[in-house]
Amino acid sequence: MVTTLVASAVTRPGVAPVRVGAVVNRNMGALRSGASYWLVLISGFFEPVFYLLSIGIGVGALVGDITLVDGQVLPYATFVAPAMLATSAMNGAMAETTFNFFFKFKYAKTYDAVLSTPVRPIEIALGELVWAMMRGSVYTAVFLGVMVVMKLTTIGWALAAFPATMLVGFAFGAVGMIFTTLMRGWQDFDLMATAQFALFLFSATFAPIQNYPVVFQWIIQLTPLYHAVEMVRDLTTGHPDWGTAVHALYLVVMMAVGLYFTGRRLERMLLK
Amino acid sequence: MTDQSLIRARGLVKRFGDFTAVDGIDLDVARGEAFGFLGPNGAGKSSTMRMIGCVSTPTAGELSILGLDPVKDGTRIRSRLGVCPQLDNLDPDLTVRENLTTYARYFGISRAAAKQRALELLEFVQLADRAESKVEPLSGGMKRRLTIARAMVNEPELVLLDEPTTGLDPQARHLLWERLFRLKQQGVTLVLTTHYMDEAEQLCDRLVVMDAGKIVAEGSPRALIETYSTREVVELRFGESPLEGFRDKLVGIGERTDVLPDRVLLYADDGDAAVNEVHRRELAPSGVLVRRSTLEDVFLHLTGRTLVD
Amino acid sequence: MAHPMMATLERELTLYRRLWQASVFSSFLLPLLFVLSIGVGVGSYVDANGGLGGVDYLSYIAPGVVITTAFQIGIGESTFPVLGGFKWTRSYQAMRSAPVEPWHMVGGHLLYLMFRGVIATIAFLIIVGSFGAMHSWWAPATIPVAALVTVSVAGPVTALAASIVDDSYFSLLFRFGVIPATLFSGVFFPVDQLPEVVRPLAYASPLWHGVVLSREATLGWPTPWPTWVHVAYLIVWTAIGVALANWRFRKRLED
Repeated sequence: MVTTLVASAVTRPGVAPVRVGAVVNRNMGALRSGASYWLVLISGFFEPVFYLLSIGIGVGALVGDITLVDGQVLPYATFVAPAMLATSAMNGAMAETTFNFFFKFKYAKTYDAVLSTPVRPIEIALGELVWAMMRGSVYTAVFLGVMVVMKLTTIGWALAAFPATMLVGFAFGAVGMIFTTLMRGWQDFDLMATAQFALFLFSATFAPIQNYPVVFQWIIQLTPLYHAVEMVRDLTTGHPDWGTAVHALYLVVMMAVGLYFTGRRLERMLLK
Repeated sequence: MTDQSLIRARGLVKRFGDFTAVDGIDLDVARGEAFGFLGPNGAGKSSTMRMIGCVSTPTAGELSILGLDPVKDGTRIRSRLGVCPQLDNLDPDLTVRENLTTYARYFGISRAAAKQRALELLEFVQLADRAESKVEPLSGGMKRRLTIARAMVNEPELVLLDEPTTGLDPQARHLLWERLFRLKQQGVTLVLTTHYMDEAEQLCDRLVVMDAGKIVAEGSPRALIETYSTREVVELRFGESPLEGFRDKLVGIGERTDVLPDRVLLYADDGDAAVNEVHRRELAPSGVLVRRSTLEDVFLHLTGRTLVD
Repeated sequence: MAHPMMATLERELTLYRRLWQASVFSSFLLPLLFVLSIGVGVGSYVDANGGLGGVDYLSYIAPGVVITTAFQIGIGESTFPVLGGFKWTRSYQAMRSAPVEPWHMVGGHLLYLMFRGVIATIAFLIIVGSFGAMHSWWAPATIPVAALVTVSVAGPVTALAASIVDDSYFSLLFRFGVIPATLFSGVFFPVDQLPEVVRPLAYASPLWHGVVLSREATLGWPTPWPTWVHVAYLIVWTAIGVALANWRFRKRLED
């Protein structure tokens, strides 16, 4: 069912990879044009590292070791690092596909010009998403490198976690684009940012969810960042199991649904 | 005249780095007058207006507004001025009415008085039914009227309008002109910049034409036409081009000839006589139009036909 | 007669009447969620290790988070809103045409932010107080501390916002200023845990001074340096910030 959804979103009247590539290319061109943009781009990498140092090391010294449900005992930094990684993959993808996408689409009218060419709306969406992932993957790779250096994971498991973070980015990016097509104005971004922050706080990021009341745990298990964090953590700590596959499946479905509805919404909005 | 002058400038200069925006101008604007600055883009009109509005310090020369020194008494002067800037700077997050009341408070007007004043002004600019609307959905003409209402909130003696009707459709322009005319009747001194000749003819008692930071002509619209143009203009079209060859053939007809890519202009006090002469020389134009000279002719004569932008 | 500074403050309050629901999220709900997540989630582990300096972890971070909120209001509300007032809405240029001087604008803006900081602090103190995180009758003294922290950072950031055209500087300010300051100024763990070389950075941050003052108020903990030194440090930041902002406003509005 998932494959059908993806296939129908992607293949409906001919999506050409070349044209998706053209959208990516436009963004790269825009990137090269501003020096301050580069600086901002690079600075995006520091944020999760600062969190890791502060919460993982600083607060970690107060917390000590964490015992997971399956009996694993982890130093706090090892526990927190994958959560920072998953969250930063989410934030990176969301920023590009919501805030920037909205700006280009509503104000800069970037797409109006693109759409007078043979490029189709879903190709724009895919192009933006691929672009978001290209940016995001650089951050992710650097962060994984930092984790290896700090001995929070091994090189082998870092390589295994890398594609998992890509999946996280694609899933959130795809859903982010649906939100963008539904946004009424900038004020809605505040709501979205609040929701993202709430997810960040409670998705087994800083403490295992077993610390919360049972009802609360159920709710958390329905939300996407929880699955992203758990999946990445299973990999970076070197303990994947069937649960990891379930988390991954959740994100694949999320991505497929996201792409499917984004394609439909965009088609309706841009080609009136 | 000088004692009565609301604005008096002698050798006024404004420089931005190496660029001289205003290059030594003299001005006298009397109370109750409608005074215009006419000129192409970049002529120095807006810079002059900003100095008169006391938001830009003159680089050199003398300037007095309402008998006060704008450098020392900027605040006191501004409290007696109304300003309608070229770019609307209405507060988009406030309602139409709040835009007026909030602005009134900057002048130290009490809340009750501000409320009363806002009601009157919204009536005056025909926006009373939009009082509770936000600014953003208003049309360009409505925004401009609101900006003018805002400029009137402190019952100013002098109102500065920087290109008040640029970008508006004809209906909106006429409504605005009519409101400005009423202000003038109430005795408010108006100083405006424009590059619309019809606007200058409609509104201004007196105007100066600026070009490259200097005043190149001064007077009433009528006097300027008399001085810098002829009473009438003959527009001749010929079925061939280029038209440059006609310059010689038309020598001696009228006071001046202007050869354009698509037509030839003959400046003459008696247009019909000039047309007769053209026919007598058997030049056989394909189209002939005799019209009265306008400020546009003066303007183009003084500032040239080359695009300045 | 209304003073022009009060008139600019009034304008901000008129806007706030319309926006306060949205600001409930950023200045109140988010810090509350933060305290719940870290204080309760992480706190249960820290408390199992014996807490921190004799208090539970929630009580330890609550005064830090409240000052951080004031710190972030002071900075956040001085970035895009100030730049926008020059660049997009041009409301400062509009004020300038009226008899409003640059220092009236700066003053009105800072008074408004103090108000915002104070409101958020009061609401926050009541909530965390109900979780038992207030251990001293001096706790309300956090309110003026929060107000002082708000203006101490709002001044320089307002000056920055009045000097730039391109808003990408704000991303840099947040990533290299606000976020590290929040994470390393003794809000979540004592500054003594930092390597000695980076500790001076924490001491330089107005946030750290506000945090130790607010811990003195809510927990009765003595401050590392005499109280007046911390207060004076924040006042110096405020004075320099106001002077800079005033100067940048004058420059920006001049031509």
